[in-house]
Amino acid sequence: MITRLSVSTIWAKDQNEALRFYTEKLGFEIRADVTNGDYRWLTVGSKSQADLDYQLAALKPGGGFTQEDVDHLTRLVDEGKMGSGPWKTDDCQKTYETLTSRGVEFLQPPTDRPYGIIEAVFKDNSGNIMVLAQDKPRAKG
Amino acid sequence: MNMNPHPQIRLARLLLARSYATPLTIEDIGREVALSPYYLIRAFRRVYRKTPHQYLIGLRIARAKELLRNSDLSVTEICSAVGFESLGSFSALFRKVAGISPKMYRINSRPTETPSYIPLCARLLHGLEDGTDL
Repeated sequence: MITRLSVSTIWAKDQNEALRFYTEKLGFEIRADVTNGDYRWLTVGSKSQADLDYQLAALKPGGGFTQEDVDHLTRLVDEGKMGSGPWKTDDCQKTYETLTSRGVEFLQPPTDRPYGIIEAVFKDNSGNIMVLAQDKPRAKG
Repeated sequence: MNMNPHPQIRLARLLLARSYATPLTIEDIGREVALSPYYLIRAFRRVYRKTPHQYLIGLRIARAKELLRNSDLSVTEICSAVGFESLGSFSALFRKVAGISPKMYRINSRPTETPSYIPLCARLLHGLEDGTDL
């Protein structure tokens, strides 16, 4: 049986800039970084979740991707139609403050939702939209 | 990538892979594979989309990444171990290729228990041969 997802993809306009963003601003760690010719397989992950990697996939032509494909994907990223998440946090407000102090751009500050979640929205360096989410404890009774 | 390059070009690539930590010149490689440096550079780039020098630098940086993640060697020791003579040029080149400095690369990396590889889905999509540059 299939047991789990091991790698998810995030499109990166520039892999080096993305690596700096995900390590220096989000505090992620490098999981894999290998090359084959001019192809670079680069993955990062949260230090608190060892079994899920995020591939920082270069938005550039090559292999199965034409320039037209890349232009299309880039446009979607630019328009805020690509992203990942929700990324879970134990304290949305504190994480928001930490990331903001590191220069991460938030589109929405932590906001209480009626469905029991505190959510915030930020962008990565490429323009991918990421949702930060904190589960609120259910009211007893 | 051309999957069936000329045997001399494949041999040149093999020599670079085996001797990346030693001071190599294009003339040395050309002599070994019986090709002129000019022809070797052009043919190598046509097959591997990099010049032999770019390929060599890529190998050295790839090995440096591996040592930063999985060894206790200092950055200076790693610089020498992968064939660079100057720590300054190694650090600058590493940052240019990898995106962050050697020191930050070590701090931000999780040591690997098994060799990293490019998954089959990516290899198929990008038409890559098995394996990596190291």
